[in-house]
Amino acid sequence: MARIIGGLTTSHVPSIGGAIARGDQETPYWKPFFDAFKPVHSWLAKEKPDVAVVIYNDHGLNFFLDKMPTFAIGAAAKYDNADEGWGIPVLPSFEGDPDLSWHIINDLVDHEFDLTMCQEMLVDHAFTLPVKLMYPDAGDHWPVKVVPVTINSVQHPLPTAARCYKLGQAIGRAVASYPKDLKVVVVGTGGLSHQLDGTRAGFINKEFDLLCMDKILNDPVALTKYSNRQIIEQAGSQGVELMTWIAMRGALQGHVSKVTSTYHVPISNTGGAVMLLANDDQPQAVAAE
Amino acid sequence: MDDLNGIPGTPVFQGEQAKKGYALNKMCFSFNDAANRAAFKENEDAYMKKYGLSAEHCAAIKSRNVLQLIEAGGNVYYLAKFAGIFGLNVQDIGAQQTGMSIDEFKSFLASQG
Repeated sequence: MARIIGGLTTSHVPSIGGAIARGDQETPYWKPFFDAFKPVHSWLAKEKPDVAVVIYNDHGLNFFLDKMPTFAIGAAAKYDNADEGWGIPVLPSFEGDPDLSWHIINDLVDHEFDLTMCQEMLVDHAFTLPVKLMYPDAGDHWPVKVVPVTINSVQHPLPTAARCYKLGQAIGRAVASYPKDLKVVVVGTGGLSHQLDGTRAGFINKEFDLLCMDKILNDPVALTKYSNRQIIEQAGSQGVELMTWIAMRGALQGHVSKVTSTYHVPISNTGGAVMLLANDDQPQAVAAE
Repeated sequence: MDDLNGIPGTPVFQGEQAKKGYALNKMCFSFNDAANRAAFKENEDAYMKKYGLSAEHCAAIKSRNVLQLIEAGGNVYYLAKFAGIFGLNVQDIGAQQTGMSIDEFKSFLASQG
């Protein structure tokens, strides 16, 4: 059976792509953020996941306002990155796992999670940069297959935190019922607090971000009590990307422990945050032994 | 549902804005493509006409003013692609919206750590 071995969350700001392209990882500005991935690399090298389910928000590369799905999932054999208009390098294509995608789709819709299915899907920086951060030396061939899942963060009304947590739970159940022996890591990308638009642009709320990181580990249900207005007030208008962290956490249904976490302000306009959680003691894991 | 209006300094892109800014955002979405960015630079007026921009949209584009573009219904994710044409990043547009210099805005970001 497939099992979810852990969950990773990370900020995904586009300037990470610029920093990688320039080789700025060791500069004082970027080092605290890139160093956060060293324990992640060790964990990935040890655990060797087969598939990454990446939960993120599209920023106007694949989806426009003509058709804006609240939740969408890729079911393609291959996903391409593309020009987003402001100049970060386009990364190599990603190999999908369409069988796992269709299993998740079938199971989710069966359980009343009716999401949009995409056999063509461009993946933007919010997808590509976290995978690049996980596998910086991958070159043209990524060592994991991928299943992209998007949550609308562009056009309000956005789904509630509670709904996003349930989405993660549904993905977790679907993966656990997949008959192939796969190790799956769930990735939630975005945040933490930031605001790009309006006269409050530049707003970062360290206290709230640290609270969220604690709750993601210890009490994720507490985060599902926040309304979107409260999240915008506390985390800024783009801080709603916290949804991807909450969905990731919903997918971890075993005993969850922290492998590593880092919080550093600022990266670009954002509270930069990275957290890796291991998901242990699943019934499937015991059955497999 | 949530009332998302009235959060100080914080525009929230809801149905009203989506309706008002559709043509403007559609044009900015087209700037994902380098050929479209070049066509805009070649002839701004013709490019705006092609996308059916209103007089308010056109004035906001001409102004290069982010707050005015948001007021005209622009969404920040698509506007970022417009800003990209001029090589501007989110610190540049943050500084413009808050009336700070770029260095002041960067210091402000760092001060919140």
